[in-house]
Amino acid sequence: MSLIETKQNRRSFIKVATATGGGFVLGFNWLASCTPDKTIKEIPSEWVDINAFLKIAENGLVTIMSPNPEIGQNVKTAMPMIVAEELDVNWEDVMVEQAPLSKDFSRQVAGGSQSIRSSWKGLRTAGATARQMLVNAAAEQWKMNASDCTTSMGVISNANGEKITYGEIASMAALQAVPEDVKLKEPKNFTIIGTGRGNVDIDKIITGKPLFGLDYKVEGMKYAVALRPPAFGQKLKSFDDTEARNINGVSDVIRYGDKIAVLANSTWAAMKGQKALIAEWEEGEKLENSMDHDHDLHALLYKKSDEPRSNDGNVEKAFTEADKVIEKVYEAPFLPHNTLEPQNFFADVTPEHVRLAGPIQTPAGTRSRIAKLLDRNEDDISLELTRMGGGFGRRLYGDFALDAAEISSLAGVPVKLVYSREDDMTAGIYRPASKYRFKVGFKNGKLTAYHLVGAGVNTGNVTREKNFPAGSVPNYKVESHKLESNITIGAWRAPITNFLACAEQSFVDEVAYEIGMDPVQFRLDLLDEVINNPHGEFGYEPEKMKGVIKLAAEKSNWNHNEEGVFKGFSAYYSHNTYVAEVAKVRLVEGQLKIEKVDCAVDCGILVNPLGAINQIQGGIIDGMGHALYGDLTFKDGKPQSSNFNNYRLIRMIESPEQIDVHFVESDNDPTGLGEPSLPPAGGALANALFAATNIRFYRQPFAKQLVEIEKNI
Amino acid sequence: MANFNISVNGKKHEVDVDPDTPVLWVLRDNLDLVGTKYGCGIAQCGACTVHIDGVAVRSCSIPVASVGKKKITTIEGLSEDGTHPVQEAWKKEDVPQCGYCQAGQIMNAASLLAKNASPSDDEIQEAMNGNICRCATYLKIHAAVKTASSLL
Ligand code: FES
Ligand code: FES
Repeated sequence: MSLIETKQNRRSFIKVATATGGGFVLGFNWLASCTPDKTIKEIPSEWVDINAFLKIAENGLVTIMSPNPEIGQNVKTAMPMIVAEELDVNWEDVMVEQAPLSKDFSRQVAGGSQSIRSSWKGLRTAGATARQMLVNAAAEQWKMNASDCTTSMGVISNANGEKITYGEIASMAALQAVPEDVKLKEPKNFTIIGTGRGNVDIDKIITGKPLFGLDYKVEGMKYAVALRPPAFGQKLKSFDDTEARNINGVSDVIRYGDKIAVLANSTWAAMKGQKALIAEWEEGEKLENSMDHDHDLHALLYKKSDEPRSNDGNVEKAFTEADKVIEKVYEAPFLPHNTLEPQNFFADVTPEHVRLAGPIQTPAGTRSRIAKLLDRNEDDISLELTRMGGGFGRRLYGDFALDAAEISSLAGVPVKLVYSREDDMTAGIYRPASKYRFKVGFKNGKLTAYHLVGAGVNTGNVTREKNFPAGSVPNYKVESHKLESNITIGAWRAPITNFLACAEQSFVDEVAYEIGMDPVQFRLDLLDEVINNPHGEFGYEPEKMKGVIKLAAEKSNWNHNEEGVFKGFSAYYSHNTYVAEVAKVRLVEGQLKIEKVDCAVDCGILVNPLGAINQIQGGIIDGMGHALYGDLTFKDGKPQSSNFNNYRLIRMIESPEQIDVHFVESDNDPTGLGEPSLPPAGGALANALFAATNIRFYRQPFAKQLVEIEKNI
Repeated sequence: MANFNISVNGKKHEVDVDPDTPVLWVLRDNLDLVGTKYGCGIAQCGACTVHIDGVAVRSCSIPVASVGKKKITTIEGLSEDGTHPVQEAWKKEDVPQCGYCQAGQIMNAASLLAKNASPSDDEIQEAMNGNICRCATYLKIHAAVKTASSLL
């Protein structure tokens, strides 16, 4: 058993826990009343709060709070599993509740694939501390040492064969001092972690119970739909709301800044009201075009940076001395997130209190921005988390929550702001358009120079200079440029690496091909160089990278050629997780089909294999889908797609027919899972398409080029 | 506004709405049946799928005035206790990620299986292709339709 030092008294515990961001603070409202989910039967009305994470009922049922926002990454199942493991209870006796935003928890954020990684110790300690308090209470009752008692599945036993259940001793346990140190289980003794557990919300999802922000409703609430400037750079000049106000159910029209909100008794009336508004817009800033972005980004790729992000050795010199130089440019457009549940938020701003509810990946940050906006004290603002119909980074930005609060404050009524799909796709915050120029030089068959230049719209940090192949090349230079723009951008699932990895892994494949090497062996050789003869700084573990590369190669039968099947390899490290993928495509009636993907993953200890496989499969299809079809362009500042009739998302027919996920067995603490399978996916696909067609794919979306190729097959 | 009598999940309801109001919003805002979801409003994503007289339709694109005496079934009424074979299969395969699209997927799959109890892989793809899952749970959806077919 490993021992976690928690040498502090109850008072100082809060400080320490907050300071280390361990995600665990004990609660003090012992025996506070609780509001169990009324839809589940035989829920006891009396509960004992053991700490902020859990409460126990006399019949042995345990309620575990899931602190972090749920966007589909399945933390609402995985986080309570970790607490339940150390508490040592039957998973079947566990009920899960979504915790509201609360000072009891730290980092209530869904982002960066960090939910499990950053709270792993905190969640375990919460469960183990509660377990120890239950044991201490039982020992006290039995008048013996706690160390002579054992637990199993919610029952405490002693050497005399006496037994007491957690439910029976819970109220005594709550009065126990919080233990100064607690023992955590050895991973080999886990009984819940590492076993597949179904989504805790499954019954509600399959029967259509209210769960999501869009389902949130209170008495007297108005639905609000807003009209925003149709183009980036435009401002509102004037508007006429006569028609809008004549629509049945419309109760109010409110201007806020350059936007106009229509309030109504139903979503439909509010949407009709929005369409009936007659607004005049004027140019405030430049109205931008994708063609210009294209041109300007390209120019930046050839600009010298005053502050390269990395510069080891002398690349310029190495290139002049090289006997072989390969240089390629890769390009990708803007992407909207397109969470299937469009943005929405509830706000009820009253003089006494501000009540907020809805889908948000960053509840704490959003609350403090709303406090500033309304000039209110944060303590006067409550925020309830709803399940989210997808996040992908879009809900890191609380713009829609701020709008809802402002509208409610101006209108003086509880409001739910709802985005139509068109609003959602055109209102901003996109994966930035970006380009990369890669150049390598070889001397006598050895890689001697590597130069990467990246350029992104509104983002200066478009490279990951410590990633592969850093460490393997003596002369290594990375530069990154930003193109200023008034189009709003933001994190999009696996920010930056969602395209950087595709470009890099396509380039690595092409380089291997050009020098006549097997692309898997080429990668392994470079990693051996990092291990045996490292150059400069690198920020990944080459052994782990080799591990997943070899596993993917083995499981996909990389060295065995199959008639009519074309394979592409890709590997990438992101969010502390190592992933290698092999895509296999096949020609079916003149069309390329993705037949199978083999994916090797090293993500440390697997918490919930069922959920993990879902995340990895989803990430791969998401990555391939957006590489194939994702495309948002601008004309005179206006987004040229607005709904799924003119913006293509991958569907079932285009998805890989099979994705096998192979996990590396590990005793290391868990790392990220919601994002890491996405970055390598586009590259694996591009490389498989090259194997099939002999044509390289340098520009996303691939489908444009693919259609032309398929015509000639 | 006008009064419409509609039958939803075996119950009669009278609603006072504009005739052009899509069934989707009547269900969600007037009847508090929020299991049926909004995704696009233009019959492109399938999140709003319900059955009208047993056939899967996109409720976002059907005005309430056109429903008449036809029977509407929503995810809340697919079974009394969530034990329709498709629901059972969705649970068994642990399909959802965010879960938002799943009511529409389930309603679409139930309609497919009512017509064709053992669809081939191609028929499943064909029938389910109108339903977007942004989280891309497509492989699990496909597997769950097959499982449901075996449970029929
Ligand atoms: S909301 Fe009806 S099909 Fe998308
Ligand atoms: S599960 Fe998220 S959209 Fe399908």
